[in-house]
Amino acid sequence: MKRRDFIQQTAAASALIGLGGMSLTSFTPSTTKKITILHTNDVHSHIDAFGPDDGRNPNQGGVARRASLVEAIRKENPNTLLLDAGDIFQGTPYFNYYGGELEFKLMSMLKYDVATIGNHDFDNSIEGLYAQLPHAKFDFVSANYDFSNTVLDTHVKPYRIITKDGIKIGIFGLGIELEGLVEKRMYKETVYLDPTEAAQEMTRILKEDEQCDLIICLSHLGYNYKNRPEKISDLKLAGITKDIDLIIGGHTHTFLKKPTVVKNSEGKNMLVNQVGCYGINLGKIDFYFDSDKNKAANGTSIIV
Amino acid sequence: MNYKQVILLFTILSLSACKKQDVYLNKIEGKQINISDSLEINQNIEDIIKPYREHVNANLDSVLAYAVDTYSKSDGDYNTAIGNMMADAVYEQSNPIFNSRTGENIDFVLLNHGGIRSIISKGNITTRTAYEVMPFDNSAVVVKLKGAQVKELLEYLSKAKRAHPISKLHIVLDVDGNFKSATLGDQPLDFSKTYNVATNDYLYNGGDRMDFFKTNDSLYVLDYKVRNVLIDYFTKIDTLKPVIDNRFIQLK
Repeated sequence: MKRRDFIQQTAAASALIGLGGMSLTSFTPSTTKKITILHTNDVHSHIDAFGPDDGRNPNQGGVARRASLVEAIRKENPNTLLLDAGDIFQGTPYFNYYGGELEFKLMSMLKYDVATIGNHDFDNSIEGLYAQLPHAKFDFVSANYDFSNTVLDTHVKPYRIITKDGIKIGIFGLGIELEGLVEKRMYKETVYLDPTEAAQEMTRILKEDEQCDLIICLSHLGYNYKNRPEKISDLKLAGITKDIDLIIGGHTHTFLKKPTVVKNSEGKNMLVNQVGCYGINLGKIDFYFDSDKNKAANGTSIIV
Repeated sequence: MNYKQVILLFTILSLSACKKQDVYLNKIEGKQINISDSLEINQNIEDIIKPYREHVNANLDSVLAYAVDTYSKSDGDYNTAIGNMMADAVYEQSNPIFNSRTGENIDFVLLNHGGIRSIISKGNITTRTAYEVMPFDNSAVVVKLKGAQVKELLEYLSKAKRAHPISKLHIVLDVDGNFKSATLGDQPLDFSKTYNVATNDYLYNGGDRMDFFKTNDSLYVLDYKVRNVLIDYFTKIDTLKPVIDNRFIQLK
């Protein structure tokens, strides 16, 4: 039955029998839903804000301030997810002293939903990362690190699906090639798989099998490698895959003026974003859904 | 309309409410928000951080030794007091570990001038000083270098004309700045021999174009961060008073 026809019929019936007390607001011809995605990357143990004398980023960053901002945004829209694209570890003595315990505890307090793994998250070896997992009340996703023969086996899933306000959101992770970047004795038997193939597999599962309304890739591949065009990056991946709505990137500490609109392999516009590093910025992407197909018929409008 | 029809109507309404409604993405808005000091501090978060911060700061600021002067890597031509101290510390702290594992000794040490990231100021030396001088997590390694590679190493140092920190090795350049001699103790280097050279993993991996480290016989990873070498060295000594000496000089 076509929904619109049905609404007209029931509206007539209800008028007839006078169900005045029953709310019919959920049956208005068009409903709009809004999903807010907040994100960070490469925070690198920057728990405290930079001091007033910092040469580059004075008085910026700080988890306690990020917490207030996230709280305010969640109050405005409860259908909000908070994500991180890796390199949570390494960069201040907090990591050297506590091995990432405080980073994970605070991210849990901020109610992070999902994160992926960056190369520096192996800096205390894969065992060091594993040891801190009890402090993380959020999930790690990676679709192209095979952890089968490591302590992280079963602790990191390729993807996670979260439903908010009836909207099904699929989130998968991608990590950078570790060889040459991280010592083998740190990442041990972690096997790096091709990110493009992993992304194609993930979008197939999330779009076709799981029927997700929104697909997000948490990537630590790096934004773009101008001098090494053969190297996989977020921009490159965006152009050769389909069905990804948003790539949240990391690794290259790229500060963008605004999210980048990229045409995917089907010519559809999608977004690639990255917010620099050290918790200086928070990314905020709002997705508006409408039950009225006609509104989306001319393509999704992207405002950045 | 009787009550059965009403029930039917309610049933249809409730069933329809349970069905997953089709939705279409029609608008995306993206922006970035700066975490500036205009944002309020969340006190719950601050309270969690506080004891960690206090412990880290107390530990970083604990006094390990006393520097009798201010030492900078720019004071000196081919060797500097601060660089000599670092290379000597790497030798002193690493050799017992290397010796206990291999039964051999480190022959000499080579670090990089660029790896000295801060001055050491006159006065108290703290753990924070070690973090400032060596903020990176590089570790001490020992590389077995063949004579040919040691030759390359000497050519590199002669050409670079920088005060790359060395220990145990003595290099002399002639008045024109060309390589003249290299000795260990009072013995000239023997290029038919293999030497145990301590350095850090950054240089071993080709940092500062010290490519001679890569073509080696074997590598010993000591699992000893250079920063911890400094912390342990500062803890051991009471007073820091390194000097510029004649370990790497040009004849005048």
